[in-house]
Amino acid sequence: MASGKFRIGEDPDYVPIGRRLLLLNWTLVLLIAALSGIGFAMLYSAANGSLQPWAERQMMRFAVGAALMIVIAVTDIRIWLRLAYFSYFVALVLLIGVEIKGDIGMGAQRWINLGFFQLQPSELMKISLVLALARYFHGLTPEDVGRIPLLIPPILMVLAPSALVLRQPDLGTTLLLIAGGGVIFWLAGVRIWKFALVLGSALAAIPIGWQFLREYQKNRVLTFLNPENDPLGAGYHITQSKIALGSGGLFGKGFMLGSQSHLNFLPEKQTDFIFTMLGEEFGLVGGMALLGLYALVITYGYVIALRCQNQFGRLVAIGVTSTFFLYVFINIAMVMGLIPVVGVPLPLVSYGGTVMMTILVSFGLLMSVSIHRDIRISRQGNDDGRN
Amino acid sequence: MWHRDSDRFRLFTRRALMLGAGKGVLLTGLAARMYYLQVLESDRYQTLADENRISHRLLPPPRGLVTDRFGAPLAVNRQNYHIMIVREQTPDVRRTLEILDQIIELGPDTIERVERDVERRRSFVPVTVRDNLTWDEVARVGVNAPDLPGLIIDAGRSRDYPEGPHLAHTLGYVAAVSEKELTGDPLLELPGFTIGKSGVEKVYDLALRGTAGTSQVEVNALGRVIRELEREEGDSGNTVVMTLDLELQRFANQRLSDQESASAVVMDIHNGEVLALSSHPTYDPNAFTNGISHRLWNSLVNNPYAPLSNKAVNGTYAPGSTFKMCVALAGLEAGIITPNQRFFCNGHLDLGNARFHCWKRGGHGWMNMHDSIKHSCDVYYYEISQKIGIDRIAAMAHKLGLGEDTGIDLPNERSGLIPTKDWKEVQLGKRWQGGETLIASIGQGYVLATPLQLCTMTARLASGKAVRPHLTRDNVTPEGVTSREAEEFPELQVSRANLARVRDAMNGVTNELRGTGHRARIDIKGMEMAGKSGTSQVRRITMRERQTTGVLDNDELPWKYRDHALFVAFAPVDNPRYACAVVVEHGGGGSSVAGPIVRDLLQKAQELQSARQGISAADLPNSANLRRNPAQTNQDEG
Repeated sequence: MASGKFRIGEDPDYVPIGRRLLLLNWTLVLLIAALSGIGFAMLYSAANGSLQPWAERQMMRFAVGAALMIVIAVTDIRIWLRLAYFSYFVALVLLIGVEIKGDIGMGAQRWINLGFFQLQPSELMKISLVLALARYFHGLTPEDVGRIPLLIPPILMVLAPSALVLRQPDLGTTLLLIAGGGVIFWLAGVRIWKFALVLGSALAAIPIGWQFLREYQKNRVLTFLNPENDPLGAGYHITQSKIALGSGGLFGKGFMLGSQSHLNFLPEKQTDFIFTMLGEEFGLVGGMALLGLYALVITYGYVIALRCQNQFGRLVAIGVTSTFFLYVFINIAMVMGLIPVVGVPLPLVSYGGTVMMTILVSFGLLMSVSIHRDIRISRQGNDDGRN
Repeated sequence: MWHRDSDRFRLFTRRALMLGAGKGVLLTGLAARMYYLQVLESDRYQTLADENRISHRLLPPPRGLVTDRFGAPLAVNRQNYHIMIVREQTPDVRRTLEILDQIIELGPDTIERVERDVERRRSFVPVTVRDNLTWDEVARVGVNAPDLPGLIIDAGRSRDYPEGPHLAHTLGYVAAVSEKELTGDPLLELPGFTIGKSGVEKVYDLALRGTAGTSQVEVNALGRVIRELEREEGDSGNTVVMTLDLELQRFANQRLSDQESASAVVMDIHNGEVLALSSHPTYDPNAFTNGISHRLWNSLVNNPYAPLSNKAVNGTYAPGSTFKMCVALAGLEAGIITPNQRFFCNGHLDLGNARFHCWKRGGHGWMNMHDSIKHSCDVYYYEISQKIGIDRIAAMAHKLGLGEDTGIDLPNERSGLIPTKDWKEVQLGKRWQGGETLIASIGQGYVLATPLQLCTMTARLASGKAVRPHLTRDNVTPEGVTSREAEEFPELQVSRANLARVRDAMNGVTNELRGTGHRARIDIKGMEMAGKSGTSQVRRITMRERQTTGVLDNDELPWKYRDHALFVAFAPVDNPRYACAVVVEHGGGGSSVAGPIVRDLLQKAQELQSARQGISAADLPNSANLRRNPAQTNQDEG
C-alpha cells in the first residue's frame, strides 16, 4: 500500500517476492530448525547412534517441508483465503473416500499413497478446518457471531470431519480437530456461556460416546485412570515412560546412554515417546529446554496474530499456533502420565513424515500471515477493506 | 466500519491473551510434572530403571570332590560338552542341523525337536542340540565351525564317579532337584543343578555344594543379555576325604561279586574308620547324573537282589551264632556263669512242651564257655540264657552297639532290633515267653542287626572301647571341613578279663583244630584272625520235616528260603587292628560261605597296611592338604 509506483489494475498491497523473503520471520525459522535438529539428534540416538533408519529420512522430509513452508509463507494471504473452503471441501471428500475404502475391506488404512509421500486426509483437514473456520468468522460481524443460526454451519464444519476421524478410529486427531475448532470459535467472540453449554452437554454425552469407543480405546482410558492395574499390558507404556523420565533425573544419563530407551523398555521411542527419551538422556534440564523452545514458538505465533491487521490472518495465526500447542501439550502430558495414551506425536521431533508436513505447512501459513499482516481484507473476502 | 473492526480486534486481543494465559498455565503444569518426576521422585524411578535393566544371575559353584583316604578321586566333576544353536546367528536352522548331522550323529528326531524348540524360544536364546559330547566330537565340530554358523559348544559340569559301581552305595549319586527339595535357596532352582540324593552325596550335600557366585548382567526388555556388569565367583564345595581305602573296597566288591546278594564291612577297631563298605549287587551311579532311563530304573527297582539298597547299613538280619559272644559276655559279667562252668549238650533242650535243637544232632557233650563259642553249641546258650534273662542280654547287646544306630554318616541307617520284655509288651502286647529267650540267645527270633552293627560289635569286642564307625577323615559340617580330633572312644564298662576270654574263644573258632571256622583261618604268622560264624534261619523247621526228610540242606531249598551266612572277625589276633563282618543273604553256612570272604578281606587289609608301612598317618590326605580348587583335580577329557 505504501508503494510509490501505484498503477491502475495493480494490487496496492503487492509486495515483491524479494521483499517478502526479507519480511520472513527468520527467527521463527531458526526456532523450527532448532526443534527439528533436536529431533534429528534424538532419532540418531534412538537408532543407537545411526542415521538409519530414522534420522536421515527425517532430515530429508524436513528439507522438503521447509521449502514448502517458505513457498506457502511468501504466497499472498488472500490466495489462502480464497482457497479455504475449497481445501476444506477436498479434505472432507478425501476423508470420506478413505472411510469408504476402509469399509470396503482395505483395513484401517488412513492414507492415500501419492508415491513419494503418503497423504493423510485427516492431517490435511487439521489445516483446512482452521482455514475454513477462519474464513467463515472473518465474514461475520460481532453481532453475527451472537446469532445462533449463524453458528450452526461452523459447528457442522467441525463435527463432520471429527465424526469421520473418530470412526477411523483416531482419538488423538479427533481431539485436535475439536479443540482447534473450538479455539477459533473462542477467538471469534462466541459467548462464554455457549461454550459452557456445549461443554456441559458434551460431558453429559460421555456415557453415550463411551459405547462408540473401541475396546482398546476404552482400555487406554481405564489404564490411564489406574496404570498399576495392568503393568504388563496397556499400562506398561506409561509406567516405563515414567520410569525412563524419572530415572533421568536433573541432568539425564547422557546422550545415547538412556538405559530404558536403548534396552527397549520404552515403547515407540522414535515416535510418540521421543520426549521420554530426551528426558531420560538429558534430564530435567533438557526437557525444560525443549519445553522453552516450544513456548517461544507459541509466543511467536501470538505476536504475529496480534500484529496482524486482518481477522482472517489473526484467526489463522492463533488457530495453527493452538493446534501446534495442542500437539505439544497432549504428547508431553501423555508420556508423563497426565492424560491417557492418545497417539499424538511430538511436533517436529517425533519421527513421521505426515505430521512433519502438517506442522511445516501450518507454520508456512503462520508466516504468510506475518508477511501479509498489513493487508486489509473485507468481510466479503475482497481486498478493498478501505471502502 | 472501522470502529467495528477495531471492536472485533479488541475482543480478539482479549480472548487471545486469555487463551495464551491458559496455555501458559498448562505448560507450567507440564514443567511442574517434569520436576516432580525427575527431581522429587527421581530416586525411586532410578531404582526401578535399574531393576528393569539389571538382572542377577547365579553362577553355580563346582561341587566338592570326594576322595578315598589316600586322595584317589571317587566323585569328580567332569566337563560336559553340549552343543547349542542360536537361531538369529544361523541363516537356515534346518540346513545347519543337517550339516551337523553329517559330522556328529543327531538323527531325525533330534533335528525335529531342536527345530520345534528353536521356534518356541526367542531368536537369541540358545537351544541345546546335544548333550554329553565326546572330546572327539567336540574337535570335529570345532574343525567344521565355519560351516556351522550359530552353533556354540558350551562346557558345563556334571558329576562323574570314576569308580562306577564300586562305591555306588556309599557315595550315592546326584540328580536334578525335585519339587519337594526346594528350600528357597535360589541355587536349587537353577536349571540343571543337581543335589545329592543318597549316600555321602546326600549326607554331606551342603558341604559339597559350595556357595554360588553371582553375575550382574544388563538385559534389554526382551531379556537378552547386553553385557556383564559385575561378576563374583562363588566358592566351590569342600573336598570330602573318605576313610575308605579304594583298593580294599575294590577287592571287597570283587570278592562279593560271585554271590547273589551280600554285604561286607571292614573297619579300624581303634578309630572307627570304615575302610571298605560293600553291598552286592550294585549299580552305576553315573546313570543317575543325567537322568536315568525308565527302563534302567525299573530293572533296578524290580531286581530281587535289591541293587539300590545298601545292605551293609540298611539290611537287617538275624545275627545267628555271631550273637553268642554277646550272650556269653553278659553271663560272665553278671557272674552267672564262670569260664569253666560246663553244661551238657545232648543235641536238644526241652522247655515246657517245646524242644529246642542244637545244630549238631548228636550234641556236643560237655561244653564250657570257650568250647561253646568254638563249636557254636546252641544248647549251652539255651542253658545259660535262661539264667541270664533276656534283659541282661539286651543290655550287653546295646553295650556292643547292637539295637541302636551306629551313627554312621549315611542316610537311612537301620537300627536293627534287640528285644526285651518291655519291648514285647509295648510293641506286641504280649508277655515274654521263656522260650523266646532261648531263641534270642542264638541270635534268632526277634534279634536283628545290620552288617555294620555286627562289625562294630566285633570292633568293640576287640578294642574294649565303644568304637563308632564313620566314613570321613575330617569333621564335615555344612559350614565346612575341620580336622577330626584323634577320637578317644570311652571304655566299654566290661571287664578286660572277660573280654579277653571271649576273644580267646573267637581265636579258638578259627585257629584251633575243629573250630567251626578253622578252614577259614588266616594261615600267615602274625596276621591270624579270630572270628565267629553265624548261620541264621529264615524259615521255621517243623517237627514234621525233622521226622520225615530230616532238616533239608540249603541246596535243596529255593534261594529265598536258604539260610543267611554270616561271619565276623578281627585281626591280627595278638594286636587287633581290623574288624570285619560279612553277610551273604541266603548264602548257606556261615563258616563255609561268609568265613572265607572275611578271611580274604582281613588278610588283604593287613597286606595293604604292611605294603604301605612307609606311609605314616601324617602323610594321609586330609582337609588341610587336599582343599585345593577342585577344578584342578577334575578329570578333564581335554
